[in-house]
Amino acid sequence: MSSPDLLALTAAQAAEAIVAGSLDAAELVESYRSRAQADRAAREEGLNCFTWVAEESEIGTAQPLAGVPVAVKDLFCTAGAPSQSGSRILEGYIPPYTATAVQRLTEAGASMIAKTNQDEFAMGSSNENSAYGPVRNPWDRTRVPGGSSGGSAAAVAAGLAPWALGTDTGGSIRQPAALCGIVGLKPTYGAVSRYGMIAFASSLDQAGPLTRDVRDAALMLSLMVGQDPADATSLQFPEQIGVPCAERLDGLRLGVPGELTGEGIEAGVLEAFRAALKTAEGLGAEIVEVQLPHAPHALAAYYVLAPAEASSNLARFDGVRYGLRAENPTDLLDMYTRTRHDGFGAEVKRRIMLGTYALSSGYYDAYYGRAQRVRTMIARDFATAFGEVDFILTPTAPTVAFELGEKTGDPLSMYLNDFCTVPMSLAGIPAISIPCGLSGGLPVGLQLAGPAFSENRLLDAAYAMESVLAFDGSPARV
Amino acid sequence: MIDRDEVLHVARLARLALSEDEIEPMARELSAVLDHVATISELDLADVPPTSHVVEVTGRLRPDEPRPCLPREVALEQAPAVDQDGFLVPSPQA
Repeated sequence: MSSPDLLALTAAQAAEAIVAGSLDAAELVESYRSRAQADRAAREEGLNCFTWVAEESEIGTAQPLAGVPVAVKDLFCTAGAPSQSGSRILEGYIPPYTATAVQRLTEAGASMIAKTNQDEFAMGSSNENSAYGPVRNPWDRTRVPGGSSGGSAAAVAAGLAPWALGTDTGGSIRQPAALCGIVGLKPTYGAVSRYGMIAFASSLDQAGPLTRDVRDAALMLSLMVGQDPADATSLQFPEQIGVPCAERLDGLRLGVPGELTGEGIEAGVLEAFRAALKTAEGLGAEIVEVQLPHAPHALAAYYVLAPAEASSNLARFDGVRYGLRAENPTDLLDMYTRTRHDGFGAEVKRRIMLGTYALSSGYYDAYYGRAQRVRTMIARDFATAFGEVDFILTPTAPTVAFELGEKTGDPLSMYLNDFCTVPMSLAGIPAISIPCGLSGGLPVGLQLAGPAFSENRLLDAAYAMESVLAFDGSPARV
Repeated sequence: MIDRDEVLHVARLARLALSEDEIEPMARELSAVLDHVATISELDLADVPPTSHVVEVTGRLRPDEPRPCLPREVALEQAPAVDQDGFLVPSPQA
């Protein structure tokens, strides 16, 4: 098989070809690994998708993946490979164990070729908060890939990896998938073990796939789900994740919430979104207006809850057991405070401060307690809506990929990128982003969200839409 | 509005040293975010319970049996400073 043909295969197709004997796993892995290595060697001239690329990959032999390469977000602990979560404070850190999600993919025959760049500790929507430099969007190198799984999304869009593993706390899989023109799935909270993920906000963090198509997303999810004794919040998925194959959407009711599809969404994105609704109708679905009255408050609640949890989770970075330690400390407190000053970037410091403030004496009820009540209302809104409709559709992100540096000066305008994705995160429900068209030559993502554990039906609907939308992701191949 | 003293107080709680040039921008940015967050104070949430967990689960227990833990030498491998069999840290009071 020639190199361009080889790179055109989805992960599922590649696995099938290897098992059938028409494709050599070692050749496939080496093709991607050398492309990833070239991107890393190119530094600022490349996309800067990776924080580490294997010198030599161990080729998986187990089925079903039979050696298919995978790129893994930096925040997953991987024994023997640097796991830095995009932070200076973990520079060179090599964990003694491997995250369950990565372990399960490896046991299914995946070959890990690289760790992908990300916003520091997954805090960001543009990948500009990485201590290892920003990632560039393969559709336009002057623009951001989205974040925080920006390296994973750009690598898949650019053909530097067939698929990649990411994490989503408030949109960190779905938004970069949308901005890079690929598929990204945030599973139901608890569907995939968080063991070995360097924690940001534990009640929201969830691992999931970034892929070229819906079938690959289903395949990767099917291999990762399930209870894990090492993560008490992980759940037994009630059914097998199957291969999506629906051709029609007959009988499905799709809800469009006015709160997330009007003000704040740019015109080109809305146009592509409305065209996608027409496509869904053409497939037999009924489009219904629904209300999510508390969704506009989701962002405010999220920016209390996520920083509060982060301020607690990131207390572990103190220079004692691993990572950076400030030089010549005068005493223990001086070591803590200067290590954290030197090791954390501006956005991480901001969120630690915000979270510490919200949890501090006298403010807890007004901020954290209140935000958790808003969260209850948001979950109730979704439950009510799912009494009337099967899925909820919104644009994934309010804009297409924006210019590097455009929003770095104003944290709040950066946070608004998560406007459409944060409500689902707070409710713990699954949501998928699929590319649904272009606006000004840049990809637009369509988000489909369903009730907890509805992944099979959600993937089926996304697959039917994908087949008809026939989005061409190839312009991004570099 | 968060002022300079409040920033320094919270930074102390967070065990985070801030450079002089970080303090004023931090006060301004925290204030902007907290202004936005204040929109939730307008909601009537008196009878709404706070979310404790998003998916219905009951407390999961496992048998309390001894299992092997991370070997000491592996746990110490990434430490910035080690003395004998433990993490070496400076004295709490110099």
